[in-house]
Amino acid sequence: MRHNGATQDGAGIVIELEDVAYSYGGGELLTGMTLSLAPGSFHFLTGPSGAGKTTFLKLCYGALKPTSGHVRLFGEDLSAMGRDAVALARRRIGVVHQDCQFLDHLSVAENVALPLTAAGQSAAEQADNLRELMTWVGLTDRSGALPPELSGGERQRAALARAVIMSPDVLLADEPTGNVDWEMSQRLLRLLIELNKMGKTIMIATHDLTLIRAAKAQVQARVLRIAGRQLQTAGADL
Amino acid sequence: MRLPDVTNLRGMLAGDGAADRVVPPAGFTVRLVLFTAAAMAFLTIFALALSLAAGRLADRWGDELARASTVRISAPADQMQAQTAAALRVLQQTPGVGAVRALSEEEQRALLEPWFGPDLPLDTLPVPQLIEIIETPEGYDSDGLRLRLQAEVPGAVLDEHTRWRKPLVTAADRLRLLGWAAILLIGAATGAMVTLAANAALAANAQVIAVLRLVGATDGYIATAFVRRFTLRTLTGAAIGTVLGLLALWLMPASGETAGFLTGLQFQGWHWLWPFLVPPLAAIVAFLATGAAARRVLGGLT
Ligand SMILES: Nc1ncnc2c1ncn2[C@@H]1O[C@H](COP(=O)(O)OP(=O)(O)OP(=O)(O)O)[C@@H](O)[C@H]1O
Ligand SMILES: [Mg+2]
Repeated sequence: MRHNGATQDGAGIVIELEDVAYSYGGGELLTGMTLSLAPGSFHFLTGPSGAGKTTFLKLCYGALKPTSGHVRLFGEDLSAMGRDAVALARRRIGVVHQDCQFLDHLSVAENVALPLTAAGQSAAEQADNLRELMTWVGLTDRSGALPPELSGGERQRAALARAVIMSPDVLLADEPTGNVDWEMSQRLLRLLIELNKMGKTIMIATHDLTLIRAAKAQVQARVLRIAGRQLQTAGADL
Repeated sequence: MRLPDVTNLRGMLAGDGAADRVVPPAGFTVRLVLFTAAAMAFLTIFALALSLAAGRLADRWGDELARASTVRISAPADQMQAQTAAALRVLQQTPGVGAVRALSEEEQRALLEPWFGPDLPLDTLPVPQLIEIIETPEGYDSDGLRLRLQAEVPGAVLDEHTRWRKPLVTAADRLRLLGWAAILLIGAATGAMVTLAANAALAANAQVIAVLRLVGATDGYIATAFVRRFTLRTLTGAAIGTVLGLLALWLMPASGETAGFLTGLQFQGWHWLWPFLVPPLAAIVAFLATGAAARRVLGGLT
Protein backbone atom coordinates (compact mmCIF):
# COMPACT_ATOMS: atom_id res chain seq x y z
CA MET A 1 0.00 0.00 0.00
CA ARG A 2 1.03 3.54 -0.70
CA HIS A 3 2.54 5.50 2.14
CA ASN A 4 1.11 8.97 2.30
CA GLY A 5 0.88 10.36 5.75
CA ALA A 6 1.82 13.85 6.85
CA THR A 7 2.12 15.20 3.36
CA GLN A 8 -1.13 17.17 3.24
CA ASP A 9 -1.29 20.45 1.47
CA GLY A 10 -2.12 23.76 3.11
CA ALA A 11 -2.75 23.58 6.81
CA GLY A 12 -2.58 19.81 6.41
CA ILE A 13 -5.87 19.32 8.17
CA VAL A 14 -7.66 16.34 6.72
CA ILE A 15 -11.15 16.83 8.08
CA GLU A 16 -12.25 19.95 9.86
CA LEU A 17 -15.48 20.78 11.67
CA GLU A 18 -16.25 24.32 12.66
CA ASP A 19 -19.13 24.95 15.06
CA VAL A 20 -21.09 22.16 13.41
CA ALA A 21 -24.65 21.34 14.45
CA TYR A 22 -26.87 18.61 13.10
CA SER A 23 -30.52 17.74 13.46
CA TYR A 24 -32.52 15.00 11.76
CA GLY A 25 -35.54 17.27 11.80
CA GLY A 26 -36.54 17.15 15.46
CA GLY A 27 -34.39 18.84 18.07
CA GLU A 28 -30.67 19.30 17.57
CA LEU A 29 -28.83 16.01 17.97
CA LEU A 30 -25.34 17.46 17.88
CA THR A 31 -24.32 21.05 18.39
CA GLY A 32 -21.31 23.33 18.58
CA MET A 33 -18.77 20.74 17.45
CA THR A 34 -15.35 22.00 16.46
CA LEU A 35 -12.58 19.59 15.58
CA SER A 36 -9.56 19.28 13.32
CA LEU A 37 -8.18 15.93 12.31
CA ALA A 38 -4.47 16.27 11.69
CA PRO A 39 -2.88 13.81 9.30
CA GLY A 40 -1.54 10.75 11.03
CA SER A 41 -3.61 11.29 14.15
CA PHE A 42 -5.45 8.49 15.95
CA HIS A 43 -8.85 9.25 17.50
CA PHE A 44 -11.43 7.27 19.36
CA LEU A 45 -15.01 8.47 19.43
CA THR A 46 -17.14 7.20 22.23
CA GLY A 47 -20.46 7.92 23.84
CA PRO A 48 -23.66 6.13 24.78
CA SER A 49 -25.72 4.39 22.15
CA GLY A 50 -27.84 6.90 20.27
CA ALA A 51 -25.58 9.79 21.21
CA GLY A 52 -24.78 10.45 17.58
CA LYS A 53 -21.46 8.72 16.83
CA THR A 54 -22.60 7.36 13.48
CA THR A 55 -24.15 10.72 12.67
CA PHE A 56 -20.86 12.42 13.49
CA LEU A 57 -18.95 10.11 11.16
CA LYS A 58 -21.50 10.67 8.38
CA LEU A 59 -20.84 14.38 8.69
CA CYS A 60 -17.13 13.58 8.34
CA TYR A 61 -17.55 11.79 5.01
CA GLY A 62 -20.19 14.06 3.57
CA ALA A 63 -23.13 11.68 3.75
CA LEU A 64 -24.91 14.31 5.83
CA LYS A 65 -24.65 18.06 5.46
CA PRO A 66 -24.47 20.04 8.72
CA THR A 67 -27.58 22.05 9.58
CA SER A 68 -25.24 24.84 10.65
CA GLY A 69 -21.50 25.42 10.77
CA HIS A 70 -18.90 24.22 8.29
CA VAL A 71 -17.39 20.86 7.41
CA ARG A 72 -14.21 20.94 5.34
CA LEU A 73 -12.84 17.86 3.63
CA PHE A 74 -9.19 18.25 2.63
CA GLY A 75 -9.57 21.99 2.97
CA GLU A 76 -12.67 22.23 0.77
CA ASP A 77 -15.97 23.38 2.22
CA LEU A 78 -18.56 20.60 1.94
CA SER A 79 -21.38 23.04 1.22
CA ALA A 80 -19.46 24.26 -1.83
CA MET A 81 -18.72 20.77 -3.13
CA GLY A 82 -20.78 19.26 -5.92
CA ARG A 83 -21.92 15.65 -5.89
CA ASP A 84 -18.96 14.54 -7.96
CA ALA A 85 -16.52 16.39 -5.70
CA VAL A 86 -17.99 14.55 -2.72
CA ALA A 87 -17.63 11.25 -4.58
CA LEU A 88 -13.99 12.03 -5.31
CA ALA A 89 -13.33 13.03 -1.69
CA ARG A 90 -14.79 9.70 -0.56
CA ARG A 91 -12.10 7.90 -2.49
CA ARG A 92 -9.66 9.49 -0.05
CA ILE A 93 -11.75 8.64 3.01
CA GLY A 94 -12.09 4.94 3.79
CA VAL A 95 -15.17 4.10 5.83
CA VAL A 96 -15.96 0.94 7.78
CA HIS A 97 -19.71 1.22 8.21
CA GLN A 98 -21.45 0.00 11.33
CA ASP A 99 -23.62 -2.28 9.17
CA CYS A 100 -20.86 -3.06 6.65
CA GLN A 101 -22.92 -2.21 3.50
CA PHE A 102 -21.94 -4.83 0.95
CA LEU A 103 -23.43 -5.68 -2.41
CA ASP A 104 -24.82 -9.10 -1.66
CA HIS A 105 -24.74 -10.35 -5.25
CA LEU A 106 -20.97 -9.83 -5.55
CA SER A 107 -18.29 -12.01 -4.00
CA VAL A 108 -16.25 -10.80 -1.04
CA ALA A 109 -13.25 -10.10 -3.28
CA GLU A 110 -15.39 -8.10 -5.68
CA ASN A 111 -16.88 -6.17 -2.78
CA VAL A 112 -13.46 -5.38 -1.42
CA ALA A 113 -12.41 -4.19 -4.89
CA LEU A 114 -15.63 -2.19 -5.39
CA PRO A 115 -14.05 1.23 -4.70
CA LEU A 116 -11.52 0.46 -7.44
CA THR A 117 -14.25 -0.61 -9.85
CA ALA A 118 -16.27 2.48 -9.05
CA ALA A 119 -13.22 4.66 -9.62
CA GLY A 120 -12.84 3.05 -13.04
CA GLN A 121 -9.57 1.33 -12.23
CA SER A 122 -9.19 -2.06 -13.78
CA ALA A 123 -9.32 -4.87 -11.29
CA ALA A 124 -6.58 -6.75 -13.16
CA GLU A 125 -4.07 -4.00 -12.49
CA GLN A 126 -4.87 -4.10 -8.82
CA ALA A 127 -4.97 -7.89 -8.51
CA ASP A 128 -1.74 -8.05 -6.49
CA ASN A 129 -2.89 -5.26 -4.23
CA LEU A 130 -6.18 -7.04 -3.67
CA ARG A 131 -4.55 -10.39 -2.91
CA GLU A 132 -2.17 -8.79 -0.46
CA LEU A 133 -5.04 -7.04 1.25
CA MET A 134 -7.13 -10.21 1.51
CA THR A 135 -4.18 -11.95 3.14
CA TRP A 136 -3.69 -9.03 5.48
CA VAL A 137 -7.27 -9.32 6.78
CA GLY A 138 -7.07 -13.12 6.67
CA LEU A 139 -9.89 -13.64 4.15
CA THR A 140 -8.01 -15.35 1.31
CA ASP A 141 -10.02 -18.55 1.77
CA ARG A 142 -13.32 -16.74 1.81
CA SER A 143 -12.75 -14.38 -1.10
CA GLY A 144 -15.17 -16.24 -3.37
CA ALA A 145 -17.99 -16.31 -0.81
CA LEU A 146 -20.97 -13.98 -0.90
CA PRO A 147 -21.23 -11.44 1.95
CA PRO A 148 -24.31 -13.06 3.57
CA GLU A 149 -22.27 -16.25 3.93
CA LEU A 150 -19.66 -14.54 6.13
CA SER A 151 -19.50 -14.50 9.91
CA GLY A 152 -19.82 -11.16 11.70
CA GLY A 153 -16.07 -10.89 12.23
CA GLU A 154 -15.31 -11.84 8.64
CA ARG A 155 -17.74 -9.18 7.42
CA GLN A 156 -16.02 -6.55 9.49
CA ARG A 157 -12.59 -7.55 8.25
CA ALA A 158 -13.88 -7.46 4.68
CA ALA A 159 -15.34 -4.01 5.38
CA LEU A 160 -11.95 -2.88 6.68
CA ALA A 161 -10.21 -4.25 3.60
CA ARG A 162 -12.67 -2.39 1.34
CA ALA A 163 -12.15 0.80 3.34
CA VAL A 164 -8.40 0.77 2.77
CA ILE A 165 -8.10 -0.58 -0.79
CA MET A 166 -7.98 2.89 -2.31
CA SER A 167 -5.14 3.68 0.07
CA PRO A 168 -7.13 6.56 1.57
CA ASP A 169 -5.69 9.34 3.69
CA VAL A 170 -8.29 8.87 6.39
CA LEU A 171 -10.01 5.83 7.82
CA LEU A 172 -13.30 6.24 9.65
CA ALA A 173 -14.42 3.06 11.40
CA ASP A 174 -17.86 2.79 13.00
CA GLU A 175 -17.85 0.05 15.64
CA PRO A 176 -15.38 -2.08 13.71
CA THR A 177 -15.27 -4.53 16.62
CA GLY A 178 -19.02 -4.47 17.17
CA ASN A 179 -19.76 -8.15 16.89
CA VAL A 180 -16.46 -9.94 17.26
CA ASP A 181 -14.82 -11.57 20.28
CA TRP A 182 -11.91 -10.11 22.19
CA GLU A 183 -9.35 -12.06 20.20
CA MET A 184 -10.66 -10.79 16.89
CA SER A 185 -11.08 -7.24 18.12
CA GLN A 186 -7.41 -7.26 19.11
CA ARG A 187 -6.55 -8.45 15.63
CA LEU A 188 -8.60 -5.69 14.00
CA LEU A 189 -7.06 -3.14 16.35
CA ARG A 190 -3.59 -4.27 15.33
CA LEU A 191 -4.56 -3.79 11.66
CA LEU A 192 -5.79 -0.26 12.39
CA ILE A 193 -2.65 0.62 14.35
CA GLU A 194 -0.56 -0.72 11.50
CA LEU A 195 -2.41 1.60 9.11
CA ASN A 196 -1.83 4.52 11.44
CA LYS A 197 1.88 3.73 11.47
CA MET A 198 1.73 4.00 7.67
CA GLY A 199 0.54 7.55 8.13
CA LYS A 200 -3.22 7.19 7.85
CA THR A 201 -5.49 9.34 9.95
CA ILE A 202 -7.71 7.04 11.99
CA MET A 203 -11.02 7.67 13.73
CA ILE A 204 -12.75 4.78 15.48
CA ALA A 205 -16.22 5.06 16.95
CA THR A 206 -16.71 2.52 19.72
CA HIS A 207 -18.12 2.11 23.18
CA ASP A 208 -15.71 -0.68 23.99
CA LEU A 209 -13.57 0.99 26.66
CA THR A 210 -11.24 -1.99 27.07
CA LEU A 211 -10.42 -1.69 23.36
CA ILE A 212 -9.54 1.97 23.85
CA ARG A 213 -7.32 1.11 26.81
CA ALA A 214 -5.58 -1.62 24.83
CA ALA A 215 -4.97 0.80 21.98
CA LYS A 216 -3.60 3.52 24.20
CA ALA A 217 -0.89 1.13 25.29
CA GLN A 218 0.31 0.83 21.69
CA VAL A 219 -0.40 4.18 20.03
CA GLN A 220 -0.88 7.76 20.97
CA ALA A 221 -4.62 8.14 20.72
CA ARG A 222 -6.99 10.95 21.64
CA VAL A 223 -10.40 10.02 22.94
CA LEU A 224 -13.40 12.13 21.99
CA ARG A 225 -16.70 11.75 23.71
CA ILE A 226 -20.18 12.77 22.63
CA ALA A 227 -22.12 13.78 25.71
CA GLY A 228 -24.95 16.21 26.09
CA ARG A 229 -25.02 16.83 22.34
CA GLN A 230 -21.46 18.14 22.51
CA LEU A 231 -18.13 16.80 21.44
CA GLN A 232 -15.74 16.63 24.39
CA THR A 233 -12.21 15.48 24.90
CA ALA A 234 -12.35 12.65 27.40
CA GLY A 235 -10.29 12.92 30.57
CA ALA A 236 -7.30 10.88 31.62
CA ASP A 237 -9.53 8.35 33.36
CA LEU A 238 -9.39 6.10 30.32
CA MET B 1 -23.87 15.69 -12.77
CA ARG B 2 -21.87 14.16 -15.55
CA LEU B 3 -23.86 11.74 -17.67
CA PRO B 4 -22.59 10.26 -20.87
CA ASP B 5 -23.99 12.15 -23.84
CA VAL B 6 -25.46 10.59 -26.95
CA THR B 7 -22.23 10.95 -28.88
CA ASN B 8 -20.77 8.70 -26.24
CA LEU B 9 -23.45 6.10 -26.90
CA ARG B 10 -21.22 3.74 -28.80
CA GLY B 11 -18.39 3.85 -26.30
CA MET B 12 -20.86 3.25 -23.54
CA LEU B 13 -22.45 0.30 -25.28
CA ALA B 14 -19.03 -1.25 -25.69
CA GLY B 15 -18.83 -0.80 -21.92
CA ASP B 16 -16.85 -2.70 -19.35
CA GLY B 17 -18.10 -5.87 -17.75
CA ALA B 18 -17.02 -5.00 -14.21
CA ALA B 19 -19.23 -1.92 -14.10
CA ASP B 20 -22.04 -4.03 -15.50
CA ARG B 21 -21.92 -6.56 -12.69
CA VAL B 22 -22.26 -3.86 -10.08
CA VAL B 23 -26.03 -3.75 -10.63
CA PRO B 24 -27.59 -7.12 -9.81
CA PRO B 25 -29.11 -8.94 -12.76
CA ALA B 26 -32.77 -7.92 -12.69
CA GLY B 27 -34.72 -10.64 -14.45
CA PHE B 28 -38.29 -9.63 -14.84
CA THR B 29 -38.29 -5.87 -15.50
CA VAL B 30 -35.56 -6.23 -18.03
CA ARG B 31 -37.36 -9.02 -19.85
CA LEU B 32 -40.50 -6.88 -19.97
CA VAL B 33 -38.45 -4.11 -21.54
CA LEU B 34 -37.19 -6.57 -24.13
CA PHE B 35 -40.71 -7.72 -24.94
CA THR B 36 -42.24 -4.24 -25.06
CA ALA B 37 -39.45 -2.88 -27.21
CA ALA B 38 -39.98 -5.78 -29.63
CA ALA B 39 -43.74 -5.17 -29.75
CA MET B 40 -43.24 -1.44 -30.28
CA ALA B 41 -40.76 -1.99 -33.08
CA PHE B 42 -43.13 -4.48 -34.73
CA LEU B 43 -45.92 -1.89 -34.63
CA THR B 44 -43.57 0.81 -35.88
CA ILE B 45 -42.69 -1.25 -38.92
CA PHE B 46 -46.36 -1.52 -39.82
CA ALA B 47 -47.06 2.13 -39.19
CA LEU B 48 -44.05 2.94 -41.32
CA ALA B 49 -45.16 0.67 -44.16
CA LEU B 50 -48.65 2.13 -43.94
CA SER B 51 -47.37 5.70 -44.06
CA LEU B 52 -45.09 5.06 -46.99
CA ALA B 53 -47.72 3.10 -48.93
CA ALA B 54 -50.32 5.80 -48.28
CA GLY B 55 -47.79 8.37 -49.40
CA ARG B 56 -47.06 6.49 -52.61
CA LEU B 57 -50.77 6.12 -53.29
CA ALA B 58 -51.45 9.80 -52.69
CA ASP B 59 -48.60 10.76 -55.00
CA ARG B 60 -49.60 8.40 -57.77
CA TRP B 61 -53.30 9.23 -57.69
CA GLY B 62 -52.53 12.89 -57.40
CA ASP B 63 -50.35 12.58 -60.49
CA GLU B 64 -53.04 10.78 -62.46
CA LEU B 65 -55.59 13.33 -61.39
CA ALA B 66 -53.54 16.13 -62.88
CA ARG B 67 -53.43 14.39 -66.23
CA ALA B 68 -56.78 12.68 -66.19
CA SER B 69 -59.39 14.79 -67.93
CA THR B 70 -60.24 14.50 -71.60
CA VAL B 71 -62.66 16.18 -73.91
CA ARG B 72 -64.28 13.88 -76.40
CA ILE B 73 -65.70 15.38 -79.60
CA SER B 74 -68.23 13.45 -81.62
CA ALA B 75 -69.19 15.29 -84.76
CA PRO B 76 -69.85 14.59 -88.41
CA ALA B 77 -66.57 14.26 -90.32
CA ASP B 78 -66.83 17.64 -92.00
CA GLN B 79 -67.33 19.50 -88.71
CA MET B 80 -64.70 17.63 -86.78
CA GLN B 81 -61.84 19.99 -87.58
CA ALA B 82 -63.81 23.12 -86.73
CA GLN B 83 -65.23 21.73 -83.48
CA THR B 84 -61.84 20.49 -82.35
CA ALA B 85 -60.34 23.91 -82.99
CA ALA B 86 -63.22 25.58 -81.11
CA ALA B 87 -62.83 23.22 -78.17
CA LEU B 88 -59.10 23.84 -78.03
CA ARG B 89 -59.74 27.58 -78.03
CA VAL B 90 -62.26 27.33 -75.22
CA LEU B 91 -59.95 25.15 -73.19
CA GLN B 92 -56.97 27.45 -73.66
CA GLN B 93 -59.04 30.36 -72.36
CA THR B 94 -60.21 28.45 -69.27
CA PRO B 95 -58.35 29.39 -66.11
CA GLY B 96 -56.91 26.34 -64.35
CA VAL B 97 -56.17 24.44 -67.51
CA GLY B 98 -52.42 24.06 -67.86
CA ALA B 99 -51.98 22.47 -71.26
CA VAL B 100 -54.27 20.96 -73.87
CA ARG B 101 -53.43 18.74 -76.76
CA ALA B 102 -55.49 16.99 -79.38
CA LEU B 103 -54.42 13.39 -79.64
CA SER B 104 -52.96 12.43 -83.02
CA GLU B 105 -54.45 9.69 -85.13
CA GLU B 106 -51.66 7.29 -84.17
CA GLU B 107 -52.22 7.87 -80.49
CA GLN B 108 -55.92 7.24 -80.84
CA ARG B 109 -55.24 4.12 -82.81
CA ALA B 110 -52.94 2.91 -80.03
CA LEU B 111 -55.66 3.52 -77.49
CA LEU B 112 -58.23 1.57 -79.46
CA GLU B 113 -55.97 -1.23 -80.55
CA PRO B 114 -56.48 -3.43 -77.49
CA TRP B 115 -60.18 -3.57 -78.30
CA PHE B 116 -60.37 -3.62 -82.06
CA GLY B 117 -57.03 -4.96 -83.22
CA PRO B 118 -54.25 -3.28 -85.18
CA ASP B 119 -55.97 -3.04 -88.55
CA LEU B 120 -58.57 -0.53 -87.56
CA PRO B 121 -59.53 1.72 -90.48
CA LEU B 122 -59.72 4.83 -88.35
CA ASP B 123 -60.51 7.22 -91.16
CA THR B 124 -63.60 5.36 -92.25
CA LEU B 125 -65.09 5.08 -88.80
CA PRO B 126 -66.80 7.85 -86.84
CA VAL B 127 -64.17 7.78 -84.10
CA PRO B 128 -64.41 10.75 -81.75
CA GLN B 129 -61.45 13.10 -81.40
CA LEU B 130 -59.84 13.14 -77.95
CA ILE B 131 -58.28 16.19 -76.31
CA GLU B 132 -56.07 15.69 -73.29
CA ILE B 133 -56.27 18.31 -70.51
CA ILE B 134 -53.48 18.88 -68.02
CA GLU B 135 -54.65 20.86 -65.06
CA THR B 136 -52.70 23.46 -63.15
CA PRO B 137 -52.42 22.66 -59.44
CA GLU B 138 -55.38 24.94 -58.68
CA GLY B 139 -57.59 23.05 -61.11
CA TYR B 140 -60.43 24.41 -63.24
CA ASP B 141 -64.12 24.86 -62.56
CA SER B 142 -65.55 21.81 -64.27
CA ASP B 143 -69.21 22.95 -64.23
CA GLY B 144 -68.30 26.27 -65.85
CA LEU B 145 -66.19 24.55 -68.49
CA ARG B 146 -68.94 22.10 -69.24
CA LEU B 147 -71.44 24.93 -69.79
CA ARG B 148 -69.12 26.82 -72.11
CA LEU B 149 -68.36 23.72 -74.14
CA GLN B 150 -72.05 22.99 -74.42
CA ALA B 151 -72.66 26.49 -75.78
CA GLU B 152 -69.76 26.69 -78.19
CA VAL B 153 -68.92 23.10 -79.15
CA PRO B 154 -72.13 21.05 -79.27
CA GLY B 155 -70.31 17.77 -79.92
CA ALA B 156 -67.92 18.01 -76.96
CA VAL B 157 -68.18 16.00 -73.77
CA LEU B 158 -65.92 16.69 -70.81
CA ASP B 159 -64.80 13.43 -69.34
CA GLU B 160 -63.33 13.49 -65.86
CA HIS B 161 -63.14 9.79 -65.17
CA THR B 162 -60.69 10.03 -62.24
CA ARG B 163 -62.12 13.08 -60.50
CA TRP B 164 -63.91 10.82 -58.06
CA ARG B 165 -60.49 9.95 -56.67
CA LYS B 166 -59.91 13.45 -55.36
CA PRO B 167 -61.33 12.76 -51.87
CA LEU B 168 -59.40 9.50 -51.86
CA VAL B 169 -56.15 11.35 -52.42
CA THR B 170 -56.98 13.56 -49.47
CA ALA B 171 -57.75 10.45 -47.45
CA ALA B 172 -54.46 8.84 -48.44
CA ASP B 173 -52.62 12.00 -47.44
CA ARG B 174 -54.41 11.95 -44.10
CA LEU B 175 -53.53 8.28 -43.70
CA ARG B 176 -49.86 9.04 -44.27
CA LEU B 177 -50.05 11.72 -41.59
CA LEU B 178 -51.79 9.32 -39.20
CA GLY B 179 -49.06 6.77 -39.80
CA TRP B 180 -46.36 9.21 -38.83
CA ALA B 181 -48.36 10.34 -35.81
CA ALA B 182 -48.65 6.70 -34.77
CA ILE B 183 -44.88 6.31 -35.06
CA LEU B 184 -44.34 9.38 -32.88
CA LEU B 185 -46.80 8.01 -30.33
CA ILE B 186 -45.10 4.62 -30.34
CA GLY B 187 -41.77 6.38 -29.76
CA ALA B 188 -43.20 8.35 -26.86
CA ALA B 189 -44.80 5.22 -25.41
CA THR B 190 -41.45 3.44 -25.67
CA GLY B 191 -39.86 6.29 -23.75
CA ALA B 192 -42.57 6.16 -21.10
CA MET B 193 -42.26 2.38 -20.78
CA VAL B 194 -38.49 2.52 -20.41
CA THR B 195 -38.82 5.32 -17.88
CA LEU B 196 -41.24 3.25 -15.80
CA ALA B 197 -39.00 0.20 -15.98
CA ALA B 198 -35.89 2.22 -15.17
CA ASN B 199 -37.64 3.84 -12.21
CA ALA B 200 -38.65 0.42 -10.94
CA ALA B 201 -35.10 -0.87 -11.34
CA LEU B 202 -33.61 2.19 -9.65
CA ALA B 203 -36.06 1.85 -6.75
CA ALA B 204 -35.37 -1.86 -6.43
CA ASN B 205 -31.65 -1.16 -6.34
CA ALA B 206 -31.72 1.78 -3.94
CA GLN B 207 -29.42 -0.14 -1.58
CA VAL B 208 -26.92 -0.88 -4.34
CA ILE B 209 -26.91 2.77 -5.37
CA ALA B 210 -26.36 3.89 -1.77
CA VAL B 211 -23.40 1.52 -1.36
CA LEU B 212 -21.89 2.69 -4.64
CA ARG B 213 -22.19 6.30 -3.54
CA LEU B 214 -20.52 5.42 -0.23
CA VAL B 215 -17.50 3.87 -1.90
CA GLY B 216 -16.97 6.93 -4.06
CA ALA B 217 -18.85 6.16 -7.29
CA THR B 218 -19.93 9.26 -9.18
CA ASP B 219 -23.50 9.68 -10.35
CA GLY B 220 -22.30 9.29 -13.92
CA TYR B 221 -20.83 5.88 -13.16
CA ILE B 222 -23.97 4.65 -11.41
CA ALA B 223 -26.28 6.03 -14.07
CA THR B 224 -24.23 4.42 -16.82
CA ALA B 225 -24.61 1.00 -15.24
CA PHE B 226 -28.40 1.32 -15.51
CA VAL B 227 -28.56 3.28 -18.75
CA ARG B 228 -26.34 0.73 -20.48
CA ARG B 229 -28.52 -2.16 -19.44
CA PHE B 230 -31.80 -0.58 -20.54
CA THR B 231 -30.38 0.81 -23.74
CA LEU B 232 -28.97 -2.57 -24.75
CA ARG B 233 -32.20 -4.39 -23.90
CA THR B 234 -34.28 -1.89 -25.85
CA LEU B 235 -31.91 -2.16 -28.79
CA THR B 236 -32.10 -5.95 -28.75
CA GLY B 237 -35.88 -5.99 -28.34
CA ALA B 238 -36.39 -3.43 -31.09
CA ALA B 239 -34.11 -5.39 -33.42
CA ILE B 240 -36.13 -8.55 -32.83
CA GLY B 241 -39.41 -6.68 -33.35
CA THR B 242 -38.12 -5.08 -36.53
CA VAL B 243 -37.05 -8.40 -38.00
CA LEU B 244 -40.40 -9.97 -37.14
CA GLY B 245 -42.25 -6.99 -38.58
CA LEU B 246 -40.30 -7.16 -41.83
CA LEU B 247 -40.87 -10.87 -42.00
CA ALA B 248 -44.61 -10.38 -41.60
CA LEU B 249 -44.61 -7.73 -44.34
CA TRP B 250 -42.58 -9.95 -46.59
CA LEU B 251 -45.11 -12.75 -46.15
CA MET B 252 -47.98 -10.51 -47.28
CA PRO B 253 -49.16 -11.45 -50.76
CA ALA B 254 -47.92 -9.00 -53.35
CA SER B 255 -49.78 -8.57 -56.63
CA GLY B 256 -47.88 -6.54 -59.12
CA GLU B 257 -48.47 -3.11 -60.66
CA THR B 258 -52.22 -2.97 -60.46
CA ALA B 259 -52.15 -3.93 -56.80
CA GLY B 260 -54.49 -2.06 -54.59
CA PHE B 261 -53.61 -0.27 -51.43
CA LEU B 262 -53.69 -3.28 -49.10
CA THR B 263 -51.28 -5.35 -51.13
CA GLY B 264 -49.04 -2.32 -51.61
CA LEU B 265 -48.07 -2.48 -47.95
CA GLN B 266 -44.40 -2.98 -48.70
CA PHE B 267 -41.25 -0.95 -48.63
CA GLN B 268 -39.96 0.09 -52.04
CA GLY B 269 -36.53 1.20 -53.19
CA TRP B 270 -34.54 3.18 -50.68
CA HIS B 271 -37.52 3.06 -48.31
CA TRP B 272 -36.06 -0.27 -47.24
CA LEU B 273 -33.57 1.77 -45.23
CA TRP B 274 -36.29 3.17 -42.97
CA PRO B 275 -36.95 0.03 -40.89
CA PHE B 276 -33.26 -0.27 -40.07
CA LEU B 277 -33.46 3.08 -38.30
CA VAL B 278 -36.05 1.73 -35.87
CA PRO B 279 -33.74 -0.19 -33.45
CA PRO B 280 -31.13 2.58 -33.10
CA LEU B 281 -33.85 5.20 -32.65
CA ALA B 282 -35.51 3.06 -29.97
CA ALA B 283 -32.11 2.70 -28.29
CA ILE B 284 -31.64 6.46 -28.28
CA VAL B 285 -35.10 6.93 -26.76
CA ALA B 286 -34.23 4.38 -24.05
CA PHE B 287 -30.85 6.01 -23.48
CA LEU B 288 -32.40 9.43 -22.93
CA ALA B 289 -35.31 8.12 -20.83
CA THR B 290 -33.12 6.03 -18.50
CA GLY B 291 -30.60 8.83 -18.22
CA ALA B 292 -33.32 11.26 -17.14
CA ALA B 293 -34.77 8.74 -14.67
CA ALA B 294 -31.34 8.03 -13.18
CA ARG B 295 -30.56 11.73 -12.88
CA ARG B 296 -33.82 12.27 -11.04
CA VAL B 297 -33.30 9.41 -8.58
CA LEU B 298 -29.62 10.10 -7.95
CA GLY B 299 -30.22 13.80 -7.41
CA GLY B 300 -32.24 12.93 -4.32
CA LEU B 301 -29.44 10.96 -2.65
CA THR B 302 -26.53 12.03 -0.49
N1 LIG C 1 -31.98 8.88 9.43
C1 LIG C 1 -32.36 9.24 10.67
N2 LIG C 1 -33.50 9.93 10.82
C2 LIG C 1 -33.91 10.32 12.05
N3 LIG C 1 -33.24 10.05 13.18
C3 LIG C 1 -32.09 9.34 13.09
C4 LIG C 1 -31.59 8.91 11.83
N4 LIG C 1 -30.44 8.25 12.04
C5 LIG C 1 -30.23 8.27 13.35
N5 LIG C 1 -31.21 8.93 13.99
C6 LIG C 1 -31.29 9.17 15.44
O1 LIG C 1 -30.19 9.96 15.82
C7 LIG C 1 -29.66 9.51 17.03
C8 LIG C 1 -28.18 9.21 16.89
O2 LIG C 1 -28.02 8.12 16.03
P1 LIG C 1 -26.60 7.53 15.71
O3 LIG C 1 -26.77 6.38 14.80
O4 LIG C 1 -25.70 8.61 15.28
O5 LIG C 1 -26.18 7.01 17.16
P2 LIG C 1 -24.86 6.20 17.58
O6 LIG C 1 -24.16 7.03 18.58
O7 LIG C 1 -24.10 5.79 16.40
O8 LIG C 1 -25.51 4.94 18.28
P3 LIG C 1 -24.91 3.44 18.35
O9 LIG C 1 -23.83 3.46 19.37
O10 LIG C 1 -26.08 2.65 18.83
O11 LIG C 1 -24.46 3.08 17.01
C9 LIG C 1 -30.47 8.29 17.45
O12 LIG C 1 -31.41 8.70 18.41
C10 LIG C 1 -31.16 7.87 16.19
O13 LIG C 1 -32.41 7.33 16.49
MG1 LIG D 1 -23.67 4.05 15.46
